Amino acid sequence: MSAGKIFKYSFSFIVYFLVQIFILKDLVLFGYAFCFLYAFFILSLPHEIPTIPLMLIGFFMGLLIDLFYDSLGMHAASAVFLGFIRNPWIKVNTPTGGYDDNVPPTFLNMGIGWFVFYSLPLLLLHHLLFFYIDSLGTELYLPLVIRVVSSTAFTFIVGTIVQAVFYKKERVI
Amino acid sequence: MQQIFLFLYRLRALILFLVLELLAVGIVFTHNSPQGAVFFNSSNKLTGSVLSVKTDFMSYFSLYSVNQSLAEKNASLLNRLDELSPVRDSSELKIDSTLANSFEFWSARVINNSIHQSQNYLTLNKGSLHGIKEGMGVFNEQGVIGRVKGTSNHFSSVISLLHTDLLISSKIKDTEVIGSTKWDGRKSDEAKLLYVPRHVEVVPGQEIVTSGYNAVFPEGISIGKIKEANPGNETNYLDITVSLSADFSKLNFVYLVENDLREELDSLETESMNPQR
Repeated sequence: MSAGKIFKYSFSFIVYFLVQIFILKDLVLFGYAFCFLYAFFILSLPHEIPTIPLMLIGFFMGLLIDLFYDSLGMHAASAVFLGFIRNPWIKVNTPTGGYDDNVPPTFLNMGIGWFVFYSLPLLLLHHLLFFYIDSLGTELYLPLVIRVVSSTAFTFIVGTIVQAVFYKKERVI
Repeated sequence: MQQIFLFLYRLRALILFLVLELLAVGIVFTHNSPQGAVFFNSSNKLTGSVLSVKTDFMSYFSLYSVNQSLAEKNASLLNRLDELSPVRDSSELKIDSTLANSFEFWSARVINNSIHQSQNYLTLNKGSLHGIKEGMGVFNEQGVIGRVKGTSNHFSSVISLLHTDLLISSKIKDTEVIGSTKWDGRKSDEAKLLYVPRHVEVVPGQEIVTSGYNAVFPEGISIGKIKEANPGNETNYLDITVSLSADFSKLNFVYLVENDLREELDSLETESMNPQR
């Protein structure tokens, strides 16, 4: 990866992080729907990045966010899990003709159908793990399900809008 | 031997995954115990200063409601002052000064707050240098907020009443029946009053206040009002829902209270409970 790319992704790491802790932390719809937009940072990293760096990035990102959410370890655990399952899932979803190099798996590059099928299940698992750990100690299963489903939908909608507005189309055809 | 190393090398991603997950889950459990280490949370210096900058900025939007609540608190304090100022023509009763002044108060500002998680914490902008200690009670003009979990030099971390491990010793104001208030993890404006026996008559609307028995809070700080009371499923206790008087979504300034005699009281109680020691 070139130095320019590394700079670009470090910058977007910081932006995702700041947006998450300053804006989205206070934005909870109806007391149930959370927006964990930072998951989209991990999802939109280039598919060439191997699993090990991906998990370390996820761990670091999760831990930083945990500091501000006072939920130490929960975001870290779910982000590491997201990093672990992302690459196998990308492999499963390989379109005919394979992936182009240097094309990050975003909404504009891959098309809406592929993007939904790629990101929704991963987000669902990530949110499920997070809210499951969060709910340990209480025995409430209905709120857990409502939180997971509504937060996944909320994160997905915000993430798709962010990608449509702030990401460039890089695929050359 | 080489085969084993090759095998482990092929599994390196899985192994790292397991290590990181165990690490993260380990931190979750050490952090969520009510007496955890304070270093890695929002009361450490870096996080605390970022959060206080954010609060400085955001507080302009809530100046009106803050002023209003401070004015209310002032009014009630003035009333109290009026009641307590000695009337000249009556005889005076001397109260033992060690007991009379056993509570000390501080004020602080909330710089971080959460209400939607299953275990909620707050961060305050005062720490051990200002005299804040572990175990102090936290309340505002509306009611009880929580209890200090730990402090750094300039910030402190508070277990919110919206945390399923925090029990607050409380009583029903009219009838003096004691119980414990504990959050059940459902709504941010409701909690449960536990350990009230079935024979007690409970009416919705009755006020719940702190009992003063565990010596964290002075007696009589408001907690909430009884919303509904049902006979519990299996236990010998009533299932009482309390609507909390403090609005946790709009916390700004809070007061901290310390009982100077708490250690003495605690040690006396432990001694009398375990007389053989």
